[in-house]
Amino acid sequence: MVREQEKLRWRSRRGLLELDLLLERFLANHLETMSQEDIKIYDALLKLADKDFLDLVMGEMLPPDKDWETVLGKIRKA
Amino acid sequence: MGLSRQKYDVVIVGGGGSGLRAALQLSEAGHHVAVFSKVFPTRSHTVAAQGGISASLGNMQEDHWLWHMYDTIKGSDYLGDQDAIEFMCRKASEVVYELEHYGMPFDRNADGTIYQRPFGGHSQNFGERPVQRACAAADRTGHAMLHTLYQRNVSAHCHFFVEWMVLDLIRDYEGVVVGVVALEMETGDTVVFQAKATVLATGGAGRIFQSSTNAFINTGDGLGMAARAGIPLEDMEFWQFHPTGVAGAGILITEGVRGEGGILLNANGERFMERYAPHMKDLASRDVVSRAMDQEIKEGRGVGPEKDHVLLKLDHLGVEVIQKRLPGIREIAIKFAHVDPVREPIPVVPTCHYQMGGIPTNYYGQVVAPKGDNPAEVVPGLYAIGECACVSVHGANRLGTNSLLDLLVFGKSAGDHVAGWLATNPQHRDLPGDAADQSVARLSRIDKAQSGESVAAVSASMRKVVQHHAGVFRTGPLLEEGVVKISEVVDRVHCTAIQDKSRVFNTARIEALELENMAIVAQATLVSALARQESRGAHARDDFRERDDKNWLKHSLWYLEENRLEYKPVNLQPLTVESFEPKVRVY
Repeated sequence: MVREQEKLRWRSRRGLLELDLLLERFLANHLETMSQEDIKIYDALLKLADKDFLDLVMGEMLPPDKDWETVLGKIRKA
Repeated sequence: MGLSRQKYDVVIVGGGGSGLRAALQLSEAGHHVAVFSKVFPTRSHTVAAQGGISASLGNMQEDHWLWHMYDTIKGSDYLGDQDAIEFMCRKASEVVYELEHYGMPFDRNADGTIYQRPFGGHSQNFGERPVQRACAAADRTGHAMLHTLYQRNVSAHCHFFVEWMVLDLIRDYEGVVVGVVALEMETGDTVVFQAKATVLATGGAGRIFQSSTNAFINTGDGLGMAARAGIPLEDMEFWQFHPTGVAGAGILITEGVRGEGGILLNANGERFMERYAPHMKDLASRDVVSRAMDQEIKEGRGVGPEKDHVLLKLDHLGVEVIQKRLPGIREIAIKFAHVDPVREPIPVVPTCHYQMGGIPTNYYGQVVAPKGDNPAEVVPGLYAIGECACVSVHGANRLGTNSLLDLLVFGKSAGDHVAGWLATNPQHRDLPGDAADQSVARLSRIDKAQSGESVAAVSASMRKVVQHHAGVFRTGPLLEEGVVKISEVVDRVHCTAIQDKSRVFNTARIEALELENMAIVAQATLVSALARQESRGAHARDDFRERDDKNWLKHSLWYLEENRLEYKPVNLQPLTVESFEPKVRVY
């Protein structure tokens, strides 16, 4: 479990500084307490291209799945 | 030695724009290519490039590669090598059209040709009037380029090693580079990769500064590897800064904010730019504004508990102007500076953006270093391209949109040259007996250390020293102090300890290894900047305010061993045209 968390931590290293900063804060607040459901959504977000991921976080694009909003909301608030 | 081994024709370290362009050239020619990347290739920092790619296509107004060459040389403050600059500017149209044929979604004119946008420093007829030369794909140029190149590499059966960190180069007893040692993050395994040619494409090291626009992955790994292998680092005193990055974050606040009437204030609430640039004030050029801001901070008029930033005030513009003319700025300020600019000023600081120096190469991408009387003897089997390399096309200051062009031209050129090298060197050379010793020793130190400082603490000290002592406002005493302090940081880097000792996805271990690379780049920067007693391009010394072509029209070469400097001449001789003689640089 801890190793899965470390994998998510590494994959939160992105090509855009904006995402690095937002995800660093998000992980500090939520990584250790994330539900399995949220981990699945976060993993899907991490697979996105950086520009698309950032557009979702900044609210400039709608997510393909409404359930993603719970995790996106936490990233925005972090 | 006990490590497993694999063999490839070519190992490419780094999966950003330049690495992917070189990989494509070689994969499509049928060579067995391995690309290593710390992160998934399309998440490389190339994705952050928005401005465009310059090429004198002449789709908007008349344009010529010679004018582009002049702009680049002038931008470089005459420190750029004119053979490499001619090579790049002449090849620009070709590499842009190639990218178009690969499917890059460039913005178009009504007639179907590639649209070109205006950009600072691009001119017609040797500085006479502005010209539109930048080819772009909306604000996603870097993103589109990475995706286009990656897809095509996959089709060409290029082999990707994703989430691998390359640790060190392997050089044999004759100095030929014969491969690399790499670490797989998922397993923690260390593997030796034997190659007939090795290409470094690891990007810049902008994270050595406290305030940086660079993503966290930009830790200068290739520069660390080269320096440890006895190869000098060239012109490391030259870093490009942007005046208004959000303090503590680095996110850029566009120049448009000052264009619309935003002003800079110090701790006394004074609009200090009136003193430094009475006519242009807050709209003076980037370097002038950056230096003034840094000087205010150094003289104790910075804002905040640490007095380490100044303020960008725009609330007087009114909420409507901010929303309408500066879209996105309010959101960026709220998210990254935690202030609403409609009511409060944004804390800003000069922010490191681009590394002009790097691993010395010629325009074939071959790594070169002085040997005997030859200032540029080829290091056989080793190439470097992109931001980690110093060709040098950017000299003392990079012209906007030349970075993406650099990736394409020299990525392709290195790919072609490697193909020629493979034809004449068809066999793998033997690995030396001590091939992996250095990497194994580095890992073992980190794994065995029971007590020591945290990597985060030492990294923070390093960034603070570099920001304060090698920022945009530089003086002899400040740099002297910085050289002493960075030596202390380097000693601490070798005494860090990490708590996590597991093998699988051990990010703490990766960060310890990255810090070793960054500390090398930081030391090279401070030592090179102290020695250069002139102001040229991005290197501005308050105690030597003029450019000094008599004594300093030369490239710095810093060696890790003995922490010493050498110099080599600037190549003022282009390939086919007359030399551009150094002139005073005015815009």
